[in-house]
Amino acid sequence: MGGGPLDLTPPVPGRGVAPGSVGPMTATATGWMSPSPKLLRMRVIELVVAVVVVGAAVGASVSPAGAVAAAGASVGAAVLCSVVAGRFLLNRFRAWRYLERDEDLIVARGVMFRRTSVVPYGRMQFVDVTAGPIERVFGLATVKLHTAAAATDARIPGLEQHEAARLRDRLSSLGEAKAQGL
Amino acid sequence: MTPEEGAPADRVAAPTVDGTVWHKLHPLTPVVRAGPVVLVLVVAVASSARSGRSDDSVWLYELGLIVVTLGLGIVRWLVTRWRLEGTTLRVETGLLRRDSRQLPVARIQAVDVLRPFLARVLGLAELRIRLAGSNSAGGKLAYLSEPVALDLRARLLAGQHGLDMATPEPAELPVAVVPTGRLAGSVVLSSATLVPVLLVAAAAVTQSVSRAAAVAIGGTLAAYLVVLLRVVWRRVSEQYGFTVSHAPDGIRIRRGLLGTVSETIPFRRVQAVRKQQPLLWRPFGWCRLEVEIAGGAAGGGQGTRAGTVTKALLPVGTDDAVRYLVQGVLGPDTPPLSAPPPRARWKAPLSYHFLAAGLDSSLAMAVTGRVRKVTCWIPLDKVQSVRLMQGPVQRLLRVSTVHVDAAGRRVRAEFRDRDAGEAERLFGEIAVRSRSARRNIPPPVAAHSGPDSAPGTTPAVVPVSPAGVAPPPGWYLDPAGRHQLRHWDGARWGEYVADEGRVDRDRLGPDGSGCP
Repeated sequence: MGGGPLDLTPPVPGRGVAPGSVGPMTATATGWMSPSPKLLRMRVIELVVAVVVVGAAVGASVSPAGAVAAAGASVGAAVLCSVVAGRFLLNRFRAWRYLERDEDLIVARGVMFRRTSVVPYGRMQFVDVTAGPIERVFGLATVKLHTAAAATDARIPGLEQHEAARLRDRLSSLGEAKAQGL
Repeated sequence: MTPEEGAPADRVAAPTVDGTVWHKLHPLTPVVRAGPVVLVLVVAVASSARSGRSDDSVWLYELGLIVVTLGLGIVRWLVTRWRLEGTTLRVETGLLRRDSRQLPVARIQAVDVLRPFLARVLGLAELRIRLAGSNSAGGKLAYLSEPVALDLRARLLAGQHGLDMATPEPAELPVAVVPTGRLAGSVVLSSATLVPVLLVAAAAVTQSVSRAAAVAIGGTLAAYLVVLLRVVWRRVSEQYGFTVSHAPDGIRIRRGLLGTVSETIPFRRVQAVRKQQPLLWRPFGWCRLEVEIAGGAAGGGQGTRAGTVTKALLPVGTDDAVRYLVQGVLGPDTPPLSAPPPRARWKAPLSYHFLAAGLDSSLAMAVTGRVRKVTCWIPLDKVQSVRLMQGPVQRLLRVSTVHVDAAGRRVRAEFRDRDAGEAERLFGEIAVRSRSARRNIPPPVAAHSGPDSAPGTTPAVVPVSPAGVAPPPGWYLDPAGRHQLRHWDGARWGEYVADEGRVDRDRLGPDGSGCP
């Protein structure tokens, strides 16, 4: 089992396969995959809604004073906040990616706090697919892997629902085929 | 009243467990179950009689309660039965809602024999079987007569190892005994008991102005001391006479003052081993060794929510004993440790002095802690997931952390603050090595059976577990047939042999043929 080093450099931002990022030990690896771009859109809309709600609340509390300047300042602050947060969301979205290998699944995420998890298929106890109300509107779902270790945090958000179903089926069939006792 | 388990005389008298018929629990079971209730009621009756209220209705009422308790116990006894069917243990119970449970012997994680005080007096024992999975997985048989319980345990463990179930329970080598004085001292010196005392004492010093305050503080201290005594008593009586032994089927633990517990942990079921060295114990050179095994206890136990149980392998012991035990459980070699780069001191100033980690082909080992030094070993074939993490400060310092997770809630070896490049290499390496560790354990069959067995010796009986992988180190039937058992060190047959529980040395030929 001469496993070469696993190259963990981030793939080309955005979608798809980055051939250079696959280590030599993965014979039939399909390459890094990313969540659907809809996830970014969803997050941005969530952000905009949040900023509008908070901004309206702040504006309402300020407006009795009638100061136009204050209203302008709060609008400016809101725009600034959303730009910064949007930048953050974009980076965060780009950092989420996963790689299906022969024996295990790798999930990488995080910008400030980078995390990369390897979960062998044989260790999976069960696979969760969840879709909250907002995710359902966008046709997205979250896949989460559970092992006997509580600390395992292999979660992939924002997958297209058909991709989530495919991943779930693949993972559970692989998990069954390679299952190992504790 | 407690004959030594495994003593030859005991085994001769033991009735064998017949696989074809249903067995019942011991007839005295209802008495033992009702024991505590009856005791309370008898005391209540006695005290009411002494106080002069010899009211007949009270007597009748309490007598009725005793009869009902006993009656329910008898019904329960009547409807409970068990049977060993090939490789499953089947337990049926319940009068109205019938509950039939199959326990596959191959999947047993641990077997415990418990003897609460009353059961012990009557020569009974409870058998508790742990399987992996939820809290309710597993089963218990309460109560069996002691010889039956021990015989059944031996059979279950033999079956669990893939041996013939009739294999006699093999010899065990006592490894460590915890002296009572050290046990009590270790409990008193634990931070949980000592910190409040110090706090109250400090309060007493600073607040010793008014008399009322002094009285209040004194009262608190007294109340606390009572609680403390109870805690000490409970821990000491639970772990009194703690004895660890090596046996072919795993590690045996025996402990208890009034009620005794005897646990067996098969080697291959160990998910992780952890050594703890609290600050207050360090002057005495004491440490605590724990193992993590999968499988919630049937009927309680601590830390069972995530499906694992933490068991003290040695509640308090010296470094030497701990090292010996670790080698017994995990094999003779532990990985060489190395410290993270000195620049990691900026990120972990309080724990840098302890931080170290190492990896070899079968083990991941990591040392962490600020005040309490914690060493954790995880066999690579038990790894559940591997995580590589890097925070902003770590990125500035070019270090990262690798977590090696084993089954359980917070069971992991943390390779903290390693050089970023090294961490990335480790991350890939652990994933690969744990994969090969899960599969490529060479079966002993290839090495020790075959045409070169000398004529005249019995064919080599090589232990083969159901998965076809090499069994853990331990005692097995002697392949040369000259002795009852021979020690298997995990890769080859050793020179230690055992007859009737007595250990001796007899070298086996290099080809396994039995020629010295």
